[in-house]
Amino acid sequence: MSIILSDISKNFGSFAALHNINLEVPEGELVALLGPSGCGKTTLLRIIAGLEHTDQGSVIINGENKTSQNVSQRGIGFVFQHYALFRHMTVFENVAFGLRVKPRHTRPSNEIIKKKVHALLDLVQLDWLHDRYPDQLSGGQRQRIALARALAVEPSVLLLDEPFGALDASVRKDLRLWLRNLHHDLNVTSIFVTHDQEEAMEVASQVVVLNHGHIEQQGSPSEIYDNPTNAFVSRFIGQTNVFDLDEHDNEWLRNVGIINANSTGRIAHVRPHDILIEKSESHQDATATLKDWQHLGALIRLELVKNDHHASKSLFAEMPKEQFKALALKIGDVVKLKIRHAHWFH
Amino acid sequence: MNTHTIPHTSAKDTVVRQQHALQDPKWVRWSLIAIALGFITLFICLPLGLVIYQALSKGIEAYWTALTQADTLAAIRLTLLVAIVTVPLNTLFGITAAWAITRFEFKGKSFLTTLIDLPFSVSPVISGFIFVLLFGAEGWFGKLLATYDIKIIFSAPGIILATLFVTFPFVARQLIPLMQEMGHQEEEAALSLGASGWKTFYSVTLPNIKWALLYGVLLCNARAMGEFGAVSVVSGHIRGLTNTLPLNVEVNYNDYDVVGAFASASILAGLAIVTLVLKTLLEWKQASR
Ligand SMILES: Nc1ncnc2c1ncn2[C@@H]1O[C@H](COP(=O)(O)OP(=O)(O)OP(=O)(O)O)[C@@H](O)[C@H]1O
Ligand SMILES: [Mg+2]
Repeated sequence: MSIILSDISKNFGSFAALHNINLEVPEGELVALLGPSGCGKTTLLRIIAGLEHTDQGSVIINGENKTSQNVSQRGIGFVFQHYALFRHMTVFENVAFGLRVKPRHTRPSNEIIKKKVHALLDLVQLDWLHDRYPDQLSGGQRQRIALARALAVEPSVLLLDEPFGALDASVRKDLRLWLRNLHHDLNVTSIFVTHDQEEAMEVASQVVVLNHGHIEQQGSPSEIYDNPTNAFVSRFIGQTNVFDLDEHDNEWLRNVGIINANSTGRIAHVRPHDILIEKSESHQDATATLKDWQHLGALIRLELVKNDHHASKSLFAEMPKEQFKALALKIGDVVKLKIRHAHWFH
Repeated sequence: MNTHTIPHTSAKDTVVRQQHALQDPKWVRWSLIAIALGFITLFICLPLGLVIYQALSKGIEAYWTALTQADTLAAIRLTLLVAIVTVPLNTLFGITAAWAITRFEFKGKSFLTTLIDLPFSVSPVISGFIFVLLFGAEGWFGKLLATYDIKIIFSAPGIILATLFVTFPFVARQLIPLMQEMGHQEEEAALSLGASGWKTFYSVTLPNIKWALLYGVLLCNARAMGEFGAVSVVSGHIRGLTNTLPLNVEVNYNDYDVVGAFASASILAGLAIVTLVLKTLLEWKQASR
């Protein structure tokens, strides 16, 4: 079901954790709430769930204003960052909890509860752990049980706070894909919080970038990556090289093609893969020197130093491994740069 | 090769050295143990044994007669009444206070936390006097109470009030640190799954705090039954009416009724031993969680 947040603000004492948040999540979407630590992601999620009160603004779920409704009546599935499984209950009882606490007239019979819980445990592929206690599970297993528990009450909306935050890299990768597939199957409107841009890009159909309690940009992953609306988003999503016109030799910038007919603004951001590299014949037209390079799987990252009068930070460029091999570059070689695209900001 | 062996031996060295640091010479160890044991024997086991020895010094029959004399029975009844009223009330209070302090943000929270400890930091005698000052014949409410013919001081209500005051920190003190450490994520999870507040408390909070709660209740009970100072001030020592067991011990002793005094004392000693055993069990339960 759709979620609409209109003009939400939240202060903790004199600290403004969120200001004037407006956000629309269409039905069935999987949205990532992305932002640096302390920007208010958890706070926003808790407000949607009703675990935190707003100072201003309203939360509308499926057309109903839920702003003043109690958390236990909102019918929202919440997966906590540290899982918050009931430690004195078995996995089975954890998942069954939401069904057992339903009011008597809507509570399913024990038979149905049993069937449903096992079905959910099958869904998260952990039915064989049903009689374990939470402290006998691995982090990834706890995560999936927490998800099954939240799904048991058939929530209209699923909220996940850094669902993979406490897991190691390989488990994260597996679970990301799994979550995406699960969402595809269940199609429940979901918002998940992350501060890992790669995770957001990989899992979500929509990404909302949050900073200092307000929304910087919202859009599909490729929109956000290809057309960042401001310098913060550009820098936060993926690697970028920053060129401030005031701090650089404009001659050099013109040579490599950053400054061209359609340059607007004062600061240019250049993605590493938008820097093309050719081997330089003479030192005259050389624009940079190769300082170092690293393997990034199929890509090679090159660390370059500009050849101009302003000694400054290194630039980073990326190219496929094969291309790097073909160029046969060595550390200390001089190269010619061509920059094919830059984002301009003021 | 060398680079491999050097860190290896040095690591071994530190392990050995640590063992040395922890292990004092034998004579030090043994004398420390002896001192500790001697202390416990002299100040705990010996008095306890003596209580039982004295109670039975004139034979089991005399002991039984002393126990079943009307005043002693009345004292036992009053002590039980006090415990039955104060322990549940303070359990309720303790849970409420711990809940408020660990789950809500409010002004004066740290003041309340300090206030809970007040009964621990003032002498019980003073606690008793507070109630005399409030409800005694010359006290603030003395005249008012007299007009309605309500007796608080020198009767059971006063004893109960004084005991309530003295024992109220026990449960809260056990729960607050535990609930602080637990956080409230599990409770929030329960609420988000649709559980009511009461259901959340009953099926999520309570199972997590039950051993600590029982432990607090146990200590509260032991103190409620054994309190002397505060109760002594408000009771008036009326035989068969306002004497609790600890007061009965004193009254009998002052009357040179050694067997009577020690018979009452033996009940309290028995209570202490039972408390100790249960306390150990609960600690063991808590640790195994
Ligand atoms: N209960 C609270 N009282 C006071 N300040 C709070 C409270 N909860 C959050 N804050 C503040 O609000 C800001 C946003 O917090 P929030 O937990 O939403 O951040 P976050 O984006 O989830 O960060 P992280 O990625 O580190 O989890 C932080 O600066 C935090 O210090
Ligand atoms: Mg957070």
